[in-house]
Amino acid sequence: MSTMDKETVAKVARLSALEMSDEELNTLAPQLSNILGFIEQLSEVDTNGIEPLANVVDIDLKLREDEITDGACVDKVLANAPEETQGFFVVPKVVEQES
Amino acid sequence: MTDLTHLTIKEALDGLENKDFTAQELTQAHIDAGDAAKDLNCYITQTSEIAHKQAKASDERRAAGNAGALDGIPLAIKDLFCTEGTQTTAASHILEGFKPQYESTVTSKLFADGAVMLGKANLDEFAMGSSNTTSHFGNCINPWRTEDGKDLTPGGSSGGSAAAVAARIAMGATGTDTGGSIRQPAAFCGITGIKPTYGRCSRWGTVAFASSLDQAGTFARTVEDNALLLRSMAGHDPKDSTSANKEVPDFAAAITGDAKGLKVGIPREYRVDGMPEEIEKLWQQGVEWLKDAGAEIVDVSLPHTKYALPTYYIIAPAEASSNLARYDGVKYGYRADESELQDMYKKTRAEGFGDEVKRRIMIGTYVLSAGYYDAYYIKAQKVRRLISQDFTNAYAQCDVLLTPTAPSAAFAIGENEDDPIKMYLNDVFTVPASLAGLPGLSLPAGLDANGLPLGLQVIGRAWDEESVFKVGGALEKAANFVATPQSVIKKAA
Repeated sequence: MSTMDKETVAKVARLSALEMSDEELNTLAPQLSNILGFIEQLSEVDTNGIEPLANVVDIDLKLREDEITDGACVDKVLANAPEETQGFFVVPKVVEQES
Repeated sequence: MTDLTHLTIKEALDGLENKDFTAQELTQAHIDAGDAAKDLNCYITQTSEIAHKQAKASDERRAAGNAGALDGIPLAIKDLFCTEGTQTTAASHILEGFKPQYESTVTSKLFADGAVMLGKANLDEFAMGSSNTTSHFGNCINPWRTEDGKDLTPGGSSGGSAAAVAARIAMGATGTDTGGSIRQPAAFCGITGIKPTYGRCSRWGTVAFASSLDQAGTFARTVEDNALLLRSMAGHDPKDSTSANKEVPDFAAAITGDAKGLKVGIPREYRVDGMPEEIEKLWQQGVEWLKDAGAEIVDVSLPHTKYALPTYYIIAPAEASSNLARYDGVKYGYRADESELQDMYKKTRAEGFGDEVKRRIMIGTYVLSAGYYDAYYIKAQKVRRLISQDFTNAYAQCDVLLTPTAPSAAFAIGENEDDPIKMYLNDVFTVPASLAGLPGLSLPAGLDANGLPLGLQVIGRAWDEESVFKVGGALEKAANFVATPQSVIKKAA
């Protein structure tokens, strides 16, 4: 059975863009390991030759005409922005980080 | 005048048409009942002002002879449906204060038919939970109580919707169901709810949890009322590529009070270890009721049932981790104060999401990450096909399936919180149909020894909600469930 150690949890937290304290990592490691153990029951199932199922109902994805159906609503797009100016979202400065 | 809050939707529509009362009186009665039941915390946001306006307009339409199919009916709207200009939170801190600039397709269809919105109903955060205890806006309380007086959960995730309808503070409600989030709370609150076939209702404007599973549905106190609500909500929407271009039948017309000509399958794998005897007994009672109603009973097998929950707990978190990537503190919602972008993202999400949501994002991110994608996610999609094929095979022998809705009655708030998997087991009977995209209805069929309601579930073929409603109607007639929550009885006395 796979388990998630603290380092793996820290890596997944980084991939998930979630800041986590040491304490949280310690709490989550056994919880997530438990859940992993639970989902790993699936390894018992023989799935040789079975196609993965992504879409449960028989619906063909339709294409629509490539035309403009929407737009010119900058105010609505920005209405809920935590910070905006002159028609743009404002974000904190971007600094490259070592990862 | 009779207590307007005890009418069914059908009775209320007749009463409005006969001018026994107005939509404004009907709405006011429900607002008053809601104010008196605030301790249940059914609503995250009450929208009484909007309700008054809508009810007034409804009375005017009816006077002019232009009343719609649900004109003047006051409803609770799960706070996962975007409502234009009204805060929509998904019960998460990260969306606190978010005011959508558009209306979800489901709510716009209901409003086009004249429905009135009483408020945005409480739920588990991002619909992730089975007890409504993960809401950032506090627990919702089940109007049913046991003698020891402990607060019980209404189930989840659509806990506020179910509790509001059970407490007679709304005539009906919208819900969403990803793994049981309509059927389990309907069972816990002693009311009826249906998750239709995946693709029956548009997902456009509904906050996404797991897109291949999420489906909108309804709550009400009768099978027929659910049929009326669903007909209004359902239908093709070009804005949702998975919404089906199929005609919406008159679901209510399928309810005949009998089950003649239908074969009802009893899946043997649903007899799970540790299921209380009274649930087993009620299930058997349901079989007898349907025999008496003219149905033929057949034993069927769904051999992959035990793998449904582990399959679900790969697929749903995987889709959730992708869907919830959009909450980054830039475009809408909560933003943490940080001077650098990456730090802002991480802190915003750390402070904005609750523990259960974080757990699911983490599991989802892990099963989708390099090296694990095939072993977990693709494997789960393969087992999902086997589960779906089980149902197809069963439906070669029968038209619908009859099962219990949940493995227990409503439990006390705080129970099952020590271990996430214990909480997940609540959905053992509802998740398989979700994975297969099938319609499922839960209706109250009896009380347990503690006086709490227990539900039975009817699962149908894809697009055959009509057989589900027919069998549900026959069960409803036989069960004659008239018990009401203690809080409602006390108020009436």
